[in-house]
Amino acid sequence: MIEASHLSKVYGLPPNRALPLLTDDRRHEAVRQAGGFLGADDVSLRVQRGELFVIMGLSGSGKSTVLRMINRLVEPTGGRLIIDGRDVLAMAEDDLRELRNRRISMVFQHFALFPHRTIRENAAYGLKVRGVPAKERLERADWALRRVGLGDRGDTRPDALSGGMKQRVGLARALATDADILLMDEPFSALDPLIKREMQELLLTLQAEDQRTIVFVTHDLNEAMRIGHRIMVMKDGRVVQCGSGQEILASPADDYVSDFVADVDRSRVLTAASVLRPPLLTARLADSPEDVLRRLGAAEMNGLFVLDELGCLLGVARDDLLADAVRNGEEDLRNCLVQEYETVPVDRPLIEFCHLAGRHTVPIAAVDEDGRLLGVVPRAAILSSLASPKKVTAHA
Amino acid sequence: MPDLPVDAWVERAVQFLLDNFSGVFDVASTLILQLVNASYFVLIRPHPLVLLACFTALAWAATRRWQPALITCLGLLLIQSMAMWAETMQTLAVVIVAAVVALVVGIPVGIAAARSPRLSVAVRPVLDFMQTLPVFVYLLPAVFFFGIGVVPGVVATTVFAIPPAVRLTELGIRQVDSEVIEAAQAFGSRSRQILRDVQLPLAMPTIMAGVNQVIMMALSMVVIAGMVGGGGLGAVVVEAVTRLDIGRGFEGGLSVVILAIYLDRVSAAFGERQGRSRRLRTRPTSGTVPTLGEGPLEPLAR
Ligand SMILES: Nc1ncnc2c1ncn2[C@@H]1O[C@H](COP(=O)(O)OP(=O)(O)O)[C@@H](O)[C@H]1O
Ligand SMILES: [Mg+2]
Repeated sequence: MIEASHLSKVYGLPPNRALPLLTDDRRHEAVRQAGGFLGADDVSLRVQRGELFVIMGLSGSGKSTVLRMINRLVEPTGGRLIIDGRDVLAMAEDDLRELRNRRISMVFQHFALFPHRTIRENAAYGLKVRGVPAKERLERADWALRRVGLGDRGDTRPDALSGGMKQRVGLARALATDADILLMDEPFSALDPLIKREMQELLLTLQAEDQRTIVFVTHDLNEAMRIGHRIMVMKDGRVVQCGSGQEILASPADDYVSDFVADVDRSRVLTAASVLRPPLLTARLADSPEDVLRRLGAAEMNGLFVLDELGCLLGVARDDLLADAVRNGEEDLRNCLVQEYETVPVDRPLIEFCHLAGRHTVPIAAVDEDGRLLGVVPRAAILSSLASPKKVTAHA
Repeated sequence: MPDLPVDAWVERAVQFLLDNFSGVFDVASTLILQLVNASYFVLIRPHPLVLLACFTALAWAATRRWQPALITCLGLLLIQSMAMWAETMQTLAVVIVAAVVALVVGIPVGIAAARSPRLSVAVRPVLDFMQTLPVFVYLLPAVFFFGIGVVPGVVATTVFAIPPAVRLTELGIRQVDSEVIEAAQAFGSRSRQILRDVQLPLAMPTIMAGVNQVIMMALSMVVIAGMVGGGGLGAVVVEAVTRLDIGRGFEGGLSVVILAIYLDRVSAAFGERQGRSRRLRTRPTSGTVPTLGEGPLEPLAR
């Protein structure tokens, strides 16, 4: 959908002077010495249709520069940019305006609403530029405002709204043009934490309804992890890592990324899948209690999961019940089973089930939709994964 | 130090212009004279009391308060009873023509300067020059080109009043939040559309402050223009000074003050209403809006 390769941006120098400098190995210094600034350095990215792609990094790392190169609000100095097979950098003025008006819309950090227009006129702006008749575009604006929960505020001016409401208008303005690509530059950074959360939910709801292709800039990794399918981490205009939230948490590429990761509330991001272990022991219903008890003793465990032929959980065999069964000369585990265990789906965040750990003789069981055992989550695994990754690297 | 004959150069340049462009100056002169006469005609034709009522109504419309309207009414009655009405209207006609011409020239230049950093840099010293050169210095060449009378006064007044129109237009447009402009661009606007839909409306309070300054500059200059036969209140004051007629001079001066207060308050109030109705949070910086104490009347003291 969006394919950018080797995009670079040099601020403050004409392209003909800037381009030769970009082949330099030490191009940051080279550009600075020539009196310019390398805002984006050889950035490549690929965003799939319907994906929510997050660009993350500290302030000044070049996130906005990269985002604005996608609709050429910032003119790239070098590189290629293809959107749906069309070369954007080769587009003439008219085609570019058409692309901005119909295909790409944008949401801004400080809302960037037009203070002299009503909310409805603000939301209708893209359609006004397109030349849609007033009645039609205002109806469309009302539709967009209803979608963001502001259906009744169309006649007010932006100044009468709170920050969160203003950004809802910003979103409505972007929705109204029906563009399939949405660029968002730190859209929720200026909002209070609670409002921010609300807006993230709203975005996710809207995104579930019609899958737009979204490029979302933020400096907040928690936010990135919460909403992003994939995250690209930037530093000094360069890409330092790109991958899913889990991948970045599990193996940060360098100290810069792990510093970021250290701030993350890991319990919200990590899911059962990321701390899953294969079970040390399992048993079948037909196994002999004596045999199972011996294996249990050897592994120094007090209980194990009993599975059927398909791998579905039947229950837990506890050591004391096994001992009774051996004494009674039973052939299988039928009478040793108790339902004393917890199961979680693999995609559940740790925060939602970590309190269940250690309640029973067996660890928490992670299962798929059919109830098949995929692995276990021991308490120690949860605790160690919640600890800061820096300590992990220090040990490594 | 080399002895540069700047004076000779300027004289030669003036002579060159006179020799080669006298036709242009004649046409301009006629045009300006017609404009001034037309506006004077409009002002002097109705009975003073009718016009007085109009001005009072305008003051009320601008401020929506009764005090300014009442003060306007009393002030203009005073002018009328000092037998200064015709002279005041002559002065007002010149101010109107000069201010309109200054705005017609200044606002487009300001817009262009806001959009082109190069032009902005080029224009700035010219504006400084226009504003700081002692007014008599360009009153003189104006007399050379246009002869004695009302026209050189209008020309000098216009030149003097252009800088605030350019400056405040440029400032107003530059003050518009760059993210808002980006938003307009991001939705595919042309730069012309952005100017019309976003930049000009948001710059309007500042531009109106510029209009206020232009009017006050023009008024302050118009008195000086009385020295070269500009007529109106300027002529009254100049004549009174040369005859040491303190009473008459005071009457002329008082009329200028009344006119100045009226024009200042009314144009400033219109600017503020613009700002309020646009619901802008940022008011134009008050430093740029002259108060009667300093800005507009100061050149009188020179
Ligand atoms: N128009 C510009 N001219 C010069 N330098 C710029 C310009 N815009 C941004 N920069 C510089 O480029 C760097 C990256 O900026 P930006 O992309 O806005 O970063 P971010 O959005 O990650 O905070 C910053 O150091 C900034 O100072
Ligand atoms: Mg930014």
